Amino acid sequence: MECPVALTSTDVARLADLARIDLTVKELEQFAGELGVVLDAVAQVSAAARPDIVPTSHALNLTNVFRDDVVRPSMPLADVFAMAPAVEQDGDSTWFRVPRILGEAA
Amino acid sequence: MSRDELLEFDEVVAAFDPVIGLEVHVELATLTKMFCACSTRFGAAPNSQVCPVCLGLPGSLPQVNGQAVESSIRIGLALGCSIATWCRFSRKNYFYPDMTKNYQVSQYDEPLCYDGSVEVDVDGELITVPIERAHMEEDAGKSVHVGSLTGRIEGAEYSLMDYNRGGVPLVEIVTKPVLGTGAGAPAVARAYVATLRDIVRALGVSDVRMEQGSLRCDANVSLMAKGTTTLGTRTETKNLNSLKSIEKAVRYEMCRQGAILAAGGRIKQETRHWHEDGSYTAAGRSKEEAEDYRYFPEPDLVPVAPSREWVEALRATIPAPPRERLAALREQWGFAEPEMRDVAAADAVDLVAATIAAGAAPQAARKWWMSELMRRANAAGLGLADLAITPAAVAQVQGLIDEGRLNDKVAREVIDAVLAGEGTPREIVDARGLAVILDTSALQAAVDAQIAGHPDVAERIRAGKTQAVGVLIGAVMKQLGGQADAASVRALILATLEG
Repeated sequence: MECPVALTSTDVARLADLARIDLTVKELEQFAGELGVVLDAVAQVSAAARPDIVPTSHALNLTNVFRDDVVRPSMPLADVFAMAPAVEQDGDSTWFRVPRILGEAA
Repeated sequence: MSRDELLEFDEVVAAFDPVIGLEVHVELATLTKMFCACSTRFGAAPNSQVCPVCLGLPGSLPQVNGQAVESSIRIGLALGCSIATWCRFSRKNYFYPDMTKNYQVSQYDEPLCYDGSVEVDVDGELITVPIERAHMEEDAGKSVHVGSLTGRIEGAEYSLMDYNRGGVPLVEIVTKPVLGTGAGAPAVARAYVATLRDIVRALGVSDVRMEQGSLRCDANVSLMAKGTTTLGTRTETKNLNSLKSIEKAVRYEMCRQGAILAAGGRIKQETRHWHEDGSYTAAGRSKEEAEDYRYFPEPDLVPVAPSREWVEALRATIPAPPRERLAALREQWGFAEPEMRDVAAADAVDLVAATIAAGAAPQAARKWWMSELMRRANAAGLGLADLAITPAAVAQVQGLIDEGRLNDKVAREVIDAVLAGEGTPREIVDARGLAVILDTSALQAAVDAQIAGHPDVAERIRAGKTQAVGVLIGAVMKQLGGQADAASVRALILATLEG
């Protein structure tokens, strides 16, 4: 298998956009280089890949690991909301409160 | 309100061939979620059924619910699908607060079930709808948007999240493009979803209640100019929460796209939302929906590889298709074909069956559900199953009629009282003193009084004009406040005049 084409800062800008991360032009170039090194390292696997070797999809050679359909207690509400940046409560009901989802432009 | 130009439906089908594709999500009725042991109970307090796994907390690991896999395979088998010998879960990455992990665990290029078909009865004609795949995934949480006028996301100040539904097992069933249905496309779409719902319900793996969201449907629609074979650009309409809205939305999209194409325009590939109030579709948020989900195999889960023995054992549990069940029930109940079709179309098969099981004669059970109760359901804007009356209560009302304790008029009064929550039919009859008068001496007294009061009528009946008896029956019924059995009154009048 051929080595992947080098990652450009345009690729990184696209990934950053999908990941909702704001990066400066300088950071885009920096990560293009760093992520390129990661890709090169992973690409070494290609050297070992042969048609007679099944691609590995998991570190464990197991299938059908299933759990019984039995209810176990969920987390106490206090623990759930201890992690929430913002909460709204109305009587017995408590929600995670999240910022406006659509921007003004939408 | 809709601002779309619409082409007349007849003109659309004269110039174009519609192509439809349907995606149906079925929420499985397992006790626990797809990847954790939290309860799936509907209606619990918000966020009371969550844990580190379904909240996506660092370090937590998912575990597959074996029951959900089994239910998914059974759905696949009931749809005539092949079952994969080996398949994996994948992560579908997206940013939206309904998923705390920022990805949904789903299946991508290796669905559990694939290549099936469903036979759909559309007004007596059988249409085969090809199934592309049925795969497993997890549901997302629910949001409430605050600060906008109508609770919609547009214009909201902020949103409130309830993750109880996050992680509930779903099966997504996707058809191949359905071609050649012409003017029947809206009806085929509706009939397909109704059939799918009946198939899944018969398996007992889901409540499949559209109004509660345990069955959800998205409809893809495109138009192909007559005489061409190139598929047109499609739109996907979401938020279809009733069978009726599926039919109306497909029809609307056909007319909207027809108008654009007829004017030489191009269809934009987009997600549209069905607006029930106003019956129109409107474009969704194309910017947010730029699709790049970057699927990759879920590294926290090992593959699912159902053994052929397991699949065959499950195949043996698949009930006959609902169409065959209907034919068998029709035979058993002695219904005419149009009668059975009406019962099925009204979603009343199970209600009628339960009423018969509770002791009512088949035709009596059918009549109650399809006339009196149907009228009340329509007036209240409800489905028959949502009426506050059980099949057992309907059977009890019929039983009271059969015993001669109620006549039809009083029975209708009892039905209304049951719907108003006053108790069982027998309790209501007792509490209101509604039963017809069986006391022969009371009946005889009323009959004698009315014969005496209408000597001319009595004379005509004696002279052989028995049709005049109606006047006396009416008078006796009026005197007894309607609480008598008309047939018994008739017999008693005739016997008295003969005697």
